[in-house]
Amino acid sequence: MADAPQIPDEAETRARWGAFAWTAENAAKAKAVIARYPAGRQRSAVMPLLDLAQRQVGAETQTQGWLPVPVIEFVAAQLDMPFMRAYEVASFYTMYNLVPVGRYHVQVCGTTPCLLRGSDDVMAACKNRGMTKGKTTPDGLFTLTEVECMGTCTNAPMVQINDDNYEDLDFDRMAAILDALAAGESPKAGTQIAGRHTSEPEGGPTTLKEMVKANHDYRKEWSA
Amino acid sequence: MSLQDKDRIFTNIYGFQPWNLKSAQMRGDWDKTKDLMKRGQDAIIEEIKASGLRGRGGAGFPTGLKWSFMPKEPRADRPSFLVINADESEPGSCKDREIIRHDPHKLIEGALIAGFAMRARAAYIYIRGEFIREAETLFAAVQEAYDAGLLGKNAAKSGYDFDVFVHRGAGAYICGEETAMIESLEGKKGQPRLKPPFPAGAGLYGCPTTVNNVESIAVVPTILRRGAPWFSSFGRENNKGTKLFQISGHVNTPCVVEEEMSIPFRELIDKHCGGIRGGWDNLLAVIPGGSSVPLVPAAEIMDCPMDFDGLKAVGSGLGTAAAIVMDKSTDVVQAISRISYFYKHESCGQCTPCREGTGWMWRVMERLRTGDADISEIDTLYDVTKQVEGHTICALGDAAAWPIQGLIKHFRPELERRIRDNGGVLEAAE
Repeated sequence: MADAPQIPDEAETRARWGAFAWTAENAAKAKAVIARYPAGRQRSAVMPLLDLAQRQVGAETQTQGWLPVPVIEFVAAQLDMPFMRAYEVASFYTMYNLVPVGRYHVQVCGTTPCLLRGSDDVMAACKNRGMTKGKTTPDGLFTLTEVECMGTCTNAPMVQINDDNYEDLDFDRMAAILDALAAGESPKAGTQIAGRHTSEPEGGPTTLKEMVKANHDYRKEWSA
Repeated sequence: MSLQDKDRIFTNIYGFQPWNLKSAQMRGDWDKTKDLMKRGQDAIIEEIKASGLRGRGGAGFPTGLKWSFMPKEPRADRPSFLVINADESEPGSCKDREIIRHDPHKLIEGALIAGFAMRARAAYIYIRGEFIREAETLFAAVQEAYDAGLLGKNAAKSGYDFDVFVHRGAGAYICGEETAMIESLEGKKGQPRLKPPFPAGAGLYGCPTTVNNVESIAVVPTILRRGAPWFSSFGRENNKGTKLFQISGHVNTPCVVEEEMSIPFRELIDKHCGGIRGGWDNLLAVIPGGSSVPLVPAAEIMDCPMDFDGLKAVGSGLGTAAAIVMDKSTDVVQAISRISYFYKHESCGQCTPCREGTGWMWRVMERLRTGDADISEIDTLYDVTKQVEGHTICALGDAAAWPIQGLIKHFRPELERRIRDNGGVLEAAE
């Protein structure tokens, strides 16, 4: 925990975020979220609302967003729940950032399936660009985090940057993606192997080949 | 004997075709769903029981039997819920993601039918937070189903009212445990509950709840359309059906593929994964069911049938059918140590043996990796895994213990060699 980032200064944070409120668009979204749960169970909405709030903070700061204490207080008040109950949710789940992050949150998966396919090279490509695990680069562009299994193991190694996955990486492909992001471009998400579509074997599927070209209906063959 | 394309349930698993309702209907989804439901709740449960479907989330509990624990006449003030577990976070597993982003209507139709069969009022699909694009697809697919009258009041014109809601997680492996998932859905930290009471008695909001894996629910409509005898014609006794296998690690072409249960490991790899990297002689070991199950050395896994009983016989388990393949270039101690780190990271902190044990085990594993240890510590570590196993509320403690036990069982000479090479302290004294 010694290398855990410091929670920002309380007084400054309060001055900046004390007046946080939903934008009109997010207010409508929040209302729709709360309606998904039974009456009196609005507390169930705390996770989606914290996510929404983090995204709004992100939009306002041109980063991937984080959750200052006054924003968590705002969400707790919306749901009529004690601040501590909302704070413990925000601190329990890893996707809520309790400290500011950069424009791009580079989350490299390092768990065994990715490790076996070369996640160390992906990490090296990040370090080569001056990133340090758990830190944001001085220009505020990249925050590097090593995360646990992201569930794309057949396309390992992978990285999630903001809302998109980049899969089937190696050192050069990762470097190219970081270059593109730094230049303000949007590199193609998903697998980085030319010719691979998603999770089928590289070089073309071994099954369901009719599906590649057309929306084949296999029901006609059921009785055969 | 080999599974043919016409018998594959997830025909759009690779997403070559659109996931939307219209395309899904052309592939056979939502076809006369009303007639399937007309068979009646008990008949549907009996059919699923007869099909031999076992839960696809890892534990392998018979799905039909699980549904039959739900109350037959729910009280108005205590409605029943179906919770669908899409918190796919087990290292090695990546099948539910493919279902959700490429064939979401199979899941949504399955949710309606399963929810109807267990007399539930609504289904919550709990999708892991990191599946951001996948959740967008799922939200859109659910909306399509509402717009087409397939969900909501009088769903699919069946006369039954049923809602499906999507709930996004936020990055906690433990929420894949059913009671932790329920806690999380209620807006709390995802810490597992003591059982009993079981969710079928008191689950979400204290109401009767069944938690099922995505794949278990998504195969239901096809089983009903084609009949239990069709589904149970695949696989060995007690291990019926088709299954999505996910093969990662040191094979030539890692992939997700639907195959018959009980397919021999060698056939699975040769047919779909282009063989082991460097040939079969280069195979070191396989973790056959996601990181929680013990690894199996090459000689034992090669011709092992990939099913619940076959893998149990070699001291491991089918889990989610996520095979992590390791060739001889692998630092096997590092591979397992990284898994120990994973469990240390994901322990929810509720039970002492797991909270303290996972960190302790990882630190010892790291020392064993470099050989900076004493030979006697191998036994101490084994002892500690036995003290964590079975002494926690949920199975995360067990899951952290098993990979280490498997490593010690099969690779003890390698651990001792490292300690010796490092100039093991005690041995010099002896």
